[in-house]
Amino acid sequence: MTRRGFFSWAAVAWVGFTLAIGGCVSAMTRFMFPNVLFEPPTSFKVGRPEDFPPGVVDTRFVDKFGVWIVHDQGRIYALIAICTHLGCPPAWLETQNKFKCPCHGSGYYKSGVNFEGPTPRPLERAKISISPDDGQIIVDKSQKFQWELGQWEDPNAFIAAA
Amino acid sequence: MIGNLSKSVTKSQVWKSIFRVGIPTDNRKRALAMLGNVVLHLHPIKVKKSGIRMSYTWCMGGTAFFLFLVETITGLLLMFYYRPTVEYAFADIVDLREAVAFGIMRELHRWGAHAMVIAVWLHMFRVFMTGSYKPPREFNWNVGVILLVLTLLLSFTGYLLPWDQLAIWAITVGSNMARATPLLGNEGPGAALVKLGGQRLIHAGSDARFALIGGRTIGGATLIRFYVLHCVGIPLVAAFLIAVHFWRVRKDGGISGPM
Repeated sequence: MTRRGFFSWAAVAWVGFTLAIGGCVSAMTRFMFPNVLFEPPTSFKVGRPEDFPPGVVDTRFVDKFGVWIVHDQGRIYALIAICTHLGCPPAWLETQNKFKCPCHGSGYYKSGVNFEGPTPRPLERAKISISPDDGQIIVDKSQKFQWELGQWEDPNAFIAAA
Repeated sequence: MIGNLSKSVTKSQVWKSIFRVGIPTDNRKRALAMLGNVVLHLHPIKVKKSGIRMSYTWCMGGTAFFLFLVETITGLLLMFYYRPTVEYAFADIVDLREAVAFGIMRELHRWGAHAMVIAVWLHMFRVFMTGSYKPPREFNWNVGVILLVLTLLLSFTGYLLPWDQLAIWAITVGSNMARATPLLGNEGPGAALVKLGGQRLIHAGSDARFALIGGRTIGGATLIRFYVLHCVGIPLVAAFLIAVHFWRVRKDGGISGPM
């Protein structure tokens, strides 16, 4: 075998080895990302707009889907029940008219704007719309609207109540 | 007769195949006995008397290793009762305390874990204050830093397993940090730049946190992931690095001497 022939075979062998190892590592990495999640869907229906009377924070969907549906000041919006401080679940305190996080004491107004505790920013709102099929409200948690980015005025961030 | 018996035992092939050197009667044989034993060869052949004074080492490295063994044994015993599923995890923890014999086994594991974290920190503090991280021991210092991280990860993954409110929300808060991983976390710096055809590749369903907890929120998938990491993955890596750590102490000239 010539010197040149030896090195070209060695190069082929090393490239093949690298590709094989790279393929194995990629496959094992991909294996760690599940395809099916045993979680509630991120998009779901919550009922018709008239089911949500003015001034009321609806807590029926918070356990399963993690959102409050709020009807306030002429708008219906979906607040995501994840504290913007460190990700704990705040609770709606009807008597004190505020959301309160049990972990570190962050507090939010009915609008979701923060006013006490360590949290740096308001709660996030989820995309909300009315289904053209049956007139039910659809909440889509995969799209979020943040107050500090001026996104609460986005037409997808609320439903104008009649 | 006993003399004959012991002679026939120590002359037998079985005995000789295990104890190659025989009774170490001189320094050369003592050294060979250490070298020929897989466990003992990790240990330095000679140790300076000044290097093992309690006031110098605090025995914190040895204490940390002892606690690692305690955690391994108590953890193995707990695995016979604990089932890492949403249905059973918390009930099994209560069962371990209320119904299983020696209900303190889980407490031993938990207190041992706290003590191990403290021992590792004190060991590092001692090594730092005696300058034992300096050449030729700089590589072993780095192995030690990785072992510190593994110790903390063992505590973190074990924290979720009781599956009570404290566990779930502590891991929720803790794993939220992974969102901020550069490039690989969906809220991390540079993640918005990773795009293919205008679509973001790194989002809540594909980032580092997603791989860590096996979903978008802490759930059954997270429990089994942390269980496997806690019981198999991290201990394997830690045991390997502990062996390297001890061997390097020996190779770097034994325990450093007092200044």
